[in-house]
Amino acid sequence: MLYALLCYHDEDFVGSWSKEQDAAVMAKLAVVQEKLVKQGRLGPVARLLPTTAAATLRKEDPPLVIDGPYAETKEQLLGFYIVDCKNLDEALEVARELGQANPGGAYEIRPVGTFAPGGKLK
Amino acid sequence: MTDTAWIDAALTSARPQAVGALLRYFRDLDTAEEAFQNACLRALKSWPQQGPPRDPAAWLIMVGRNAAIDEVRRGRRQEPLPADEAISDLDDAEAEIADRLDGSHYRDDILRLLFICCHKDLPATQQIALALRVVSGLTVKQVARAFLVSEAAMEQRITRAKGRVAQANVPFETPGAIERGERLTAVAAMIYLIFNEGYTASGETADLRKPLSEEAIRLARLLLRLFPSEPEIMGLTALLLLQHARAAARFDPDGALILLEDQDRSLWNQPMIAEGYALIDKAMRHRRSGPYQIQAAIAALHARAATPEDTDWTQIDLLYGALEVVQPSPIVTLNRAVAVSKARGPQAALDMIEPLAERLQSYFYFYGVRGALLMQLGRNDEARTSFDRAIALAHSSAEAAHIRMQIDRLMRDSAQARAKVGQ
Repeated sequence: MLYALLCYHDEDFVGSWSKEQDAAVMAKLAVVQEKLVKQGRLGPVARLLPTTAAATLRKEDPPLVIDGPYAETKEQLLGFYIVDCKNLDEALEVARELGQANPGGAYEIRPVGTFAPGGKLK
Repeated sequence: MTDTAWIDAALTSARPQAVGALLRYFRDLDTAEEAFQNACLRALKSWPQQGPPRDPAAWLIMVGRNAAIDEVRRGRRQEPLPADEAISDLDDAEAEIADRLDGSHYRDDILRLLFICCHKDLPATQQIALALRVVSGLTVKQVARAFLVSEAAMEQRITRAKGRVAQANVPFETPGAIERGERLTAVAAMIYLIFNEGYTASGETADLRKPLSEEAIRLARLLLRLFPSEPEIMGLTALLLLQHARAAARFDPDGALILLEDQDRSLWNQPMIAEGYALIDKAMRHRRSGPYQIQAAIAALHARAATPEDTDWTQIDLLYGALEVVQPSPIVTLNRAVAVSKARGPQAALDMIEPLAERLQSYFYFYGVRGALLMQLGRNDEARTSFDRAIALAHSSAEAAHIRMQIDRLMRDSAQARAKVGQ
């Protein structure tokens, strides 16, 4: 069974870490990640850019683009895609196409800051 | 991370919201700051034992208010507050209380706190000092260090600024849309000032002042979270990120400035560039252009060029043209001339800057650019005169060293040219 671990934290708080503090946390995480890679259990890992860089596509008819992250709490996170796009317009294009296939709800579009493809899963 | 490092970070990130809310209750900056200080002291005692509260800002607001309320006469009008019983059991109720207290005020509290720091009667340096002290929570010592003045002098400067602010009577009612927009513009300008205090530092002071740039980025992100649909705030944040991304490549080991085209681009911070690019990309979709967005777009074109030769100078020339329209200034034209020299040649650029000579006669960079253009045109004697003038006007040793490097290049080139002629 594959599990997705979704990371939540107060980004204001994480954003106020010094570069050294940030690097120290990342180094500790890397140790755990390396172990999982060796065991053939780690898939892709992504650190997202801050929510200030996000936009949200509400899958209404017609779809509505809003600045900022998805802020509603009455819907739940059901899945995610990692897509390679030149810019936000292209990402929105993909989101609209997906939205036509599955209307309702929303896509939050967050640029990825760092991405590691992970190891081969056993 | 140790307990204290964790708590420090939590107190720093909660500070703007907490001090902003306390200011709204007490309508006095000193009282609000003191209340926050008291709450921090209690946090340092209680958090390591009881664990961090779910919402540190709400905890600090409640505890700070309680601590200060005894000392303050209840003469002035205050926000209605929940009964004390509701506050005593903070661990369970804090999130709910925070909503009740701040849900509708949060955004304007922080904006007001930032806005009172950029009162138009305060000189820029005092605005920055006040914001760093009050909003960012830097100690007077840290602010003094960044401004290269004594702690006593900075203490006095901040006290004086606070006095001015107290007399200014910034209204505490929720601002209307127009007023909010004006506050936002003033605050954005101040954040850019803070950034530049760090960015323009050089040599031995660069390390001392770099935290100013980082703090400005933190404030810009904070502002953008409050106003997520303002393209100029996206532009401002993008601009700061894209410029700061080059920080590690901007100075050589001796502290001398390294020009953009000579920088080691592998030292540029790629996640920061990606974030800046994502923001400017998002901002442009609004089709409401402004000076921060245009400058960020220019910075993005530089940041995205893998080598100096890949730079899209024609596009940069056009963007500077747009910037000249919204923010006419001889400095903008001078910067445009650099792009023009790459896109259309040195003569076109020189023609563009010659009319600026009078207005920029005491500006070091003008003579630096002029010298470089003359050099490219082979007018070496005139170039030399221009560079000499630039050195005389340079503000820092790094600026002077940079011009000297240009002169060295000039001497080398003309020596080579002479050698060629002699062959």
